[in-house]
Amino acid sequence: MQIDIKTADIKPIRNTFDHVAKRLGKDKPASRYQEATFDIQPETNFHYRPLWDPEHLLYDRRRTAIEMEDWYAFRDPRQYYYGTWTITRSRQQDHMEKNFAFFEKRRLVDVMPAEWRNKVATLLVPIRHAEYTANLNNCYMSAYGYGTAITQACLYAGLDHLGIAQYLTRIALAVSDGDTAVLDAAKTAWTDDEMWQPLRKLCEDLLVTKDWFELFVAQNLVIDGLLYPLAYDRFDTAISRHGGSALAMLTDFALEWFGESSRWVDATLKTAAAESDQNKAQIEQWADAWSTRAVEALTPIAVAEFGAEGEATLAEIRAELVTRAKKKSGLDLQ
Amino acid sequence: MSRKLNLRERYQRMTRDLAWEPSYQSKSDIYPQMEFEGIKIEDWDKWEDPFRLTMDSYWKYQAEKERKLYSIIDAFAQNNGHMNVTDARYVNALKLFLTGVSPLEYAAHRGFAMVGRQFPGAGAQVACQMQSIDELRHVQTQIHTISHYNKYFNGFHDFRHMHDRVWYLSVPKSFFDDAMSAGPFEFITAISFSFEYVLTNLLFMPFMSGAAFNGDMATVTFGFSAQSDESRHMTLGLEVIKFMAEQHPDNIPIIQKWIDKWFWRGYRLLTLVGMMMDYMLPKKVMSWREAWEIYFEQNGGALFEDMARYGLRMPKYWEQTIEGKDHITHQAWGIFYNYTHAAAFHTWMPDNEEMDWLSAKYPDSFDQYYRPRFEHWREQAEAGNRFYNPTLPMLCQTCQIPMGFTEPGDPTTIGFRASDFEGNRYHFCSDGCKDIFDNEPQKFCQAWMPVHQIYQGNCGGATVPDVLDWYHLNFGVDNFDYAQSPDRQHWQQWKGEAAEESDAPDEAA
Ligand SMILES: [Fe+2]
Ligand SMILES: [Fe+2]
Repeated sequence: MQIDIKTADIKPIRNTFDHVAKRLGKDKPASRYQEATFDIQPETNFHYRPLWDPEHLLYDRRRTAIEMEDWYAFRDPRQYYYGTWTITRSRQQDHMEKNFAFFEKRRLVDVMPAEWRNKVATLLVPIRHAEYTANLNNCYMSAYGYGTAITQACLYAGLDHLGIAQYLTRIALAVSDGDTAVLDAAKTAWTDDEMWQPLRKLCEDLLVTKDWFELFVAQNLVIDGLLYPLAYDRFDTAISRHGGSALAMLTDFALEWFGESSRWVDATLKTAAAESDQNKAQIEQWADAWSTRAVEALTPIAVAEFGAEGEATLAEIRAELVTRAKKKSGLDLQ
Repeated sequence: MSRKLNLRERYQRMTRDLAWEPSYQSKSDIYPQMEFEGIKIEDWDKWEDPFRLTMDSYWKYQAEKERKLYSIIDAFAQNNGHMNVTDARYVNALKLFLTGVSPLEYAAHRGFAMVGRQFPGAGAQVACQMQSIDELRHVQTQIHTISHYNKYFNGFHDFRHMHDRVWYLSVPKSFFDDAMSAGPFEFITAISFSFEYVLTNLLFMPFMSGAAFNGDMATVTFGFSAQSDESRHMTLGLEVIKFMAEQHPDNIPIIQKWIDKWFWRGYRLLTLVGMMMDYMLPKKVMSWREAWEIYFEQNGGALFEDMARYGLRMPKYWEQTIEGKDHITHQAWGIFYNYTHAAAFHTWMPDNEEMDWLSAKYPDSFDQYYRPRFEHWREQAEAGNRFYNPTLPMLCQTCQIPMGFTEPGDPTTIGFRASDFEGNRYHFCSDGCKDIFDNEPQKFCQAWMPVHQIYQGNCGGATVPDVLDWYHLNFGVDNFDYAQSPDRQHWQQWKGEAAEESDAPDEAA
């Protein structure tokens, strides 16, 4: 039976959920991001203490030294919920698929000078292990962090890092005509070569870091903030000058991702630091300590990439990070 | 040297090959939760990847599904899709879903993020992380779908607040709190195997087919869209059990204990779903009894026959569920009918046609034990004496359902068990729930018991209106019998039905 009524007769009795309306200040239509995010994590009346951490509640604000009156003060400037995140990534992935196909079809590997092909294999490919660490770290933040506003974005970041590690694996195969020995050699370098040991040690130390917000600062601000400019941006520029500009097609995702993710990281830190001087000081202390270690860890790689200019390049990248943290998040780093 | 990798090798290179053997930090510091449950894993490399999805294809498939799903949700809202449901009574099933089930999707998301970080094998990590993000998808698509219903019906408006507080919602909440507060191996046995693999059809089939039968195309769509994720999750559940079983014989008794526990936990939780199937769907799909026969007795039976080669047997007390299938949904609906003044959804007594359907589906129990009681309640309601139970019920310490299930072999006596622990006495609805407590009294004595909490003054006050206020339940709007509800009034206005012409069951009330 056809229902014969005017739509105007069917009026909504409310526009959104109460907890969303409360945050919007009144009952008005809410965005999908807002409905998917606000107050979605359980807050209270947990039934049992975790067997794996009886000191804390299942979801507990005290798993970090950072204190927030409201953990939903955080906003993802990209407004990612699952749907928008996955659709955005699939668009980028489409683009990357075309890039890889073009690279392979035109045999662009043949135009890359052997010396630089070798640099890709030995200097870029081992970084996939650091990307895997970033995956686990963001997974940790998503698991033990507080409030869906942050924790959902951490999981997106975690799987993004896995995706980037997988692109690096494909790059290794693309520049070697599918020779898996490149991957094996890169992994041996990661576990055994002196050059990679400071970075590997840094990664393993991150994997035992307990404070999830410290991990956020160390991984998402500091490590990403130093590693991406060095390993992708500066490296791409250098290789382009030597006839290897096709590499940029294959690292496109990583660089674009870094720019996008930085917006979220900066906004998150800005909110946390603006909450209290105590938060700000804590974040700065973490950022400085991990920056010092990260610069040390990246120095051998920078030197291998840029020779005598390696250390200066890294110092310049660190200075850029200090500027960025000041400008975007109001942090005073050294 | 140039050779195309096959799918398996490619996946291996894309995931497990990313991991390395740490040397600066010990494995036990990186993965500190691996020992305490007593599960022994000798070789994580023996883990068989249950599905081989790299991120590039994950994004591609999932984005396609999301685009389709959201275009249907949009169209549903634009066209006032809620007007096509069979009857506004149906919407109460969705209220139960959004307040009771969707928060569990969220809990699954966080729980799988935990195990996705805690398992040392990269293959297992990636599988769990993908499930974690899928579960986030589920909770968000459910909220987005049901958001439209929230605009037109009551009872949805503060679902998250309610999930943390309302008495019957502590049944699903405590279920997942229990799993998440256990170790990673128990969590994954509980959720991936016992729930997703063994029992998931009993959750999704009733809601999704129920939606399809009752004209709710939006819910059907998110249900179907989630199903392909679900099939990945089920294969993970089976792989987990096989993997643990094959790694060490000492694991078998531990796994069996968990299967016993989580089967019973799941069975009690699903009672609420069964009650929904039998009573809340205006157009019925199948009875709880039929569903249990197909999905547990047949499918589950075959599964456990297969598991015998690992030394695993059917979950303890499964026989009681065979007898219980004739009773539990009627008993549960009776409980909710009694306490619907304190619930965020409406209840009602079946009309004659529905009573006959129940008689036909439950030939061994309905007419004998339940129809007389229900007809009596219905007559009372029609005479203006709709009965609401003013006392607070005693809850089972384990499953947290009010004590209302009957003894095995005696459908006229309420089952009752008790245990003493550290000077206190705890009560249970069944042998299954008592065993669970007795195995972990230190854990289960902590439960946040809604009724105790009310008596202790932790729920807004001493009177029912105080407590309902604390629940954020709109008195006289979200609660009470469907017959008097604003939902029903709105529905009749929208449909252009005069109240007396309504085909709703309680029209005389
Ligand atoms: Fe799910
Ligand atoms: Fe129970």
